[in-house]
Amino acid sequence: MMTAAVASASSSTHRQNIGEVILAMENISLAFGGVQALSDISFDVREHEIRAIIGPNGAGKSSMLNVINGVYHPQQGTIFFKGEKRHQMDPHKVASQGVARTFQNIALFKGMSVLDNLMAGRNLMMKTGILQQALYWGATQREELAHRAKVEEIITFLEIESIRKTPVGQLPYGLQKRVELGRALAAEPSMLLLDEPMAGMNVEEKQDMCRFVLDVNAEFGTTIVLIEHDMGVVMDISDRVVVLDYGKKIGDGAPNDVRNNQAVIDAYLGVQH
Amino acid sequence: MFYRENGQFKTSYEADQALFPIMQDRVFIVVLLLVAFVGIPLLADEYLFRAILIPFLILSLAAVGLNILVGYCGQISLGTGGFMMVGAYAAYNLAVRVPDLNMLVVFILAGLITTVVGMIFGIPSLRIKGLYLAVATLAAQFFLDWLFSRVKWFTNDSSSGSVSAPVLQVFGFRWDSPVEKYLFVLSVVVLFSLIARNLVRSHIGRSWMATRDMDVAAEIIGIRPVYAKLSAFAVSSFIVGIAGALWGFVHLGSWEPLAFDVNRSFSLLFMVIIGGLGSILGSFLGAAFIVILPLLLNQVPHWLGLPMSTATAAHFEAMIFGALIIFFLIVEPHGLARLWAIAKEKLRLWPFPH
Repeated sequence: MMTAAVASASSSTHRQNIGEVILAMENISLAFGGVQALSDISFDVREHEIRAIIGPNGAGKSSMLNVINGVYHPQQGTIFFKGEKRHQMDPHKVASQGVARTFQNIALFKGMSVLDNLMAGRNLMMKTGILQQALYWGATQREELAHRAKVEEIITFLEIESIRKTPVGQLPYGLQKRVELGRALAAEPSMLLLDEPMAGMNVEEKQDMCRFVLDVNAEFGTTIVLIEHDMGVVMDISDRVVVLDYGKKIGDGAPNDVRNNQAVIDAYLGVQH
Repeated sequence: MFYRENGQFKTSYEADQALFPIMQDRVFIVVLLLVAFVGIPLLADEYLFRAILIPFLILSLAAVGLNILVGYCGQISLGTGGFMMVGAYAAYNLAVRVPDLNMLVVFILAGLITTVVGMIFGIPSLRIKGLYLAVATLAAQFFLDWLFSRVKWFTNDSSSGSVSAPVLQVFGFRWDSPVEKYLFVLSVVVLFSLIARNLVRSHIGRSWMATRDMDVAAEIIGIRPVYAKLSAFAVSSFIVGIAGALWGFVHLGSWEPLAFDVNRSFSLLFMVIIGGLGSILGSFLGAAFIVILPLLLNQVPHWLGLPMSTATAAHFEAMIFGALIIFFLIVEPHGLARLWAIAKEKLRLWPFPH
């Protein structure tokens, strides 16, 4: 059922061809005190591809995403983004380079409406000064209206027109996940990091979310790095998969190769000692 | 039945993002402003101006300023009284030392000086939050208390620390009588409420609310926490500083640091909480609740014709007032502004609820 839905969605749009390496992680090591969260991990992400990171609980997947967008600073290793070596960087700097993300536990602004959440996603692009905003006249109003038009496109794309004025805290879980994707998309990112976008969803919601992820990738050409536990989803929609276990990389390649990799099977099913 | 938006279709985002998108709200606000600017000056007596309306308006303004910091940006502050004090003494010093300065300029400069002080005491917010920040801002309150009662330069070498403001004079016109003072304060309050409302619906306002709701996520979508928090402290202190200058110059006339002690900070924080965190309207409702309600309660035995001594009446006032605070917080923890919003929501469907 899942495969059929995904196939019909991806066949309806023309994907952009997978391009050059956009993000390269080289020998990344991250430790918290005595806990080695990531040790010596290298992998790359190519432009326009859907790259999945999988692994059992505690494997270091979310830590990896946090390293990519600057929440954690690795002790060792280098990150090349769009060909440039990245030095220690704060999350808002990374955001300004075109990386957006969603969170495992929804991190929306609960007191704000859906519309305001999405508008906040475009804050980086808003330039008028504080005095102009105090008057809300001329430049500020034009800016707000231009960004509102863009945000409305995303609202239409995600089919959340009916809830645009609803405070996010009142929405059901599945819709909150969708709004969070919308907030990330509002920033028009070149790379989107999704931390378990389908966790806790039923089959229909997962299908919807898969469709949105594939459509984002196809229509906007956004590179997607995805953490997901549902193997059916991962094998269906991703181009290449990285497998982590206990902070080490144990597999990397196309979904089918990873599926047949003995180390990966051992990590998921256990080994007889 | 009358509060409905049926048939009011918006055909542009401009109309949808207007200050008051619903026609009934626009009518209501126009009527309210007409009453405030024309009706009240014609009808009210001097006691009403001096004891109720002027303090209510000035404290509303201070509550609007505090609400930007606490309600919109989520940074608890117990230093509001101290920041009002900075505004009042800055305005006093400017007016006394530079006598030729236009009073409007004096007020704006006083606001700017408070902005700087507020931002300095806002720096701890970059490291600590919640109750810990409340304690850090409480330190600001005590420091400023000490500064203005001990350093004689600020009080122009007056021995007790009390100062008297010169007469309010703007563009050669003396705002001397209660009605004139009221109109002056009302204009300032309306202006700054509008500015505050505009700020919270622009991108700076969204960066404040994002920081309040989920600071990690805010940083990851590109909002710089330093800028969001310090700008909230700056805007809030500016408004609070101007409210402080008005409190000194227009309401008190002469004052000492005690007029802006920690009780002032607490009562402003209560106004914001009872009125509604994150609501400009709530600041006014909260100020009305805290300023006007005790005065009304005090009059009730008199109206009822009950023979009651002033002291007994005062005791009853305190008891009923405390009970009402608890009542409202249980009925609606999000404040009076939320009650108002719920009432409007109900009115849209009334009397046909389906």
